[in-house]
Amino acid sequence: MLSKRIIACLDVRNGQVVKGVNFEGLRNAGDPAELAERYNQEGIDEVVILDVTATIEGRRALAATVSAVAKRIFIPLTVGGGIRSEDDAAAAIDAGAEKVSLNTAALTDPPLITRLASRYGSQAAIVAIDAKWVDGKALVYVRSGQSGTEREAVEWAKEAADRGAGEILLTSIDRDGTKKGFDCELTAAVSRAVPIPVIASGGAGSLEHFTEVFIDGCADAALAASIFHFSEHAVRDLKEMLRDRGIPVRL
Amino acid sequence: MIALVDYGAGNLTSVRKALAALGAEVKTPLRPSELDEAEGVIVPGVGNFSRTAALNDEWRNAIIGAIERGRPLLGICVGLQWLFEGSSEAPGYQGLSLMSGQCALLKPEWPNKVPHVGWNELEFPRASRLFEGVRDRSQVYFTHSYAAPVTDDTVAVTTHVVPFASAVERGHVYGVQFHPEKSGDVGLRVLKNFLNAV
Repeated sequence: MLSKRIIACLDVRNGQVVKGVNFEGLRNAGDPAELAERYNQEGIDEVVILDVTATIEGRRALAATVSAVAKRIFIPLTVGGGIRSEDDAAAAIDAGAEKVSLNTAALTDPPLITRLASRYGSQAAIVAIDAKWVDGKALVYVRSGQSGTEREAVEWAKEAADRGAGEILLTSIDRDGTKKGFDCELTAAVSRAVPIPVIASGGAGSLEHFTEVFIDGCADAALAASIFHFSEHAVRDLKEMLRDRGIPVRL
Repeated sequence: MIALVDYGAGNLTSVRKALAALGAEVKTPLRPSELDEAEGVIVPGVGNFSRTAALNDEWRNAIIGAIERGRPLLGICVGLQWLFEGSSEAPGYQGLSLMSGQCALLKPEWPNKVPHVGWNELEFPRASRLFEGVRDRSQVYFTHSYAAPVTDDTVAVTTHVVPFASAVERGHVYGVQFHPEKSGDVGLRVLKNFLNAV
């Protein structure tokens, strides 16, 4: 049976993980490659490197970061944040990423999804959707959640899938950073509407939240960042708990 | 030297990195004749089956020649599918036909999505060289929509709605539907087993 995936997100700026961690045995808690290796040892299923840099220098550092991580871990690696063109995607993939995650660029230039899917295969093209509830509708937001659009998340997810996206990375702006749990209503609505896998993101605050998003939210995968920094065995603890709840995981 | 055949179907960086981590010497041949020097051949591939059309008669003959000289071959993902007769993804495109059967689309059946993306289990119908030292029900990373049928050549079966051949082995011709280069320690072990066969 296909396992539900647990994905760790590393927010990286200028080659360093932004949210620091304090794992024993890490020489440099801000080093993405060291942290990724640590998560890999604990049994994380995938790693996402989210570039939160806005500068050219940071962009160059990103390729080096991706390459360093890809040399150390042999599990799927996704790069997101600021992928605006086919060239940006090619740079990330050449550096060793399997997949790139498109957000604002997918919405402003939807054929980019199809171009990437035909060049690298659909499995390499993730469309990230940031959504927020407004008057009972889950609307798509862009530019790191700062600008609202008229698009509804479910409808945009369907279009993205039709255009060749291989997965949807769905972030709830309402829940992001709150630690109140994933938005299961939003996740289930999108997951039921598209044939492709949906990764839920935003709001993970406890291990129990993952059970909810896999059962009530119908998520195929769940992504989190800070929760895995809390304790040294968070990934394994989480997977063991999910297994005990009857949810298929890789242990 | 292992020849990693690049026919434009996706990105080979990950495969290269995994082989490098195992200490293999890898080269991407620019001409079919370069396969003459190869001790083993890897045919990777992601994306559409029609991409295998880039492996024209010259490449096919060179690859078949290598197999006939006893060089082990490993097909990965679309590379496995190419060992069969063809795929409903691209009717009219011939596979290598070393193994009989057609690859077909996995049909989504809620809650199972297609593409089949993620970690799934391997079940071994028989012992094989490729999975020496790998435990039954080990999990590996898949990302594909089409799959090969279970036949006598199947050495690993995985189920996503229906059972399909997640690995095949006949003599020194091997194929894996999953991505060993992205399947953690289990995947590295499979690649190492292939390298040991070389």
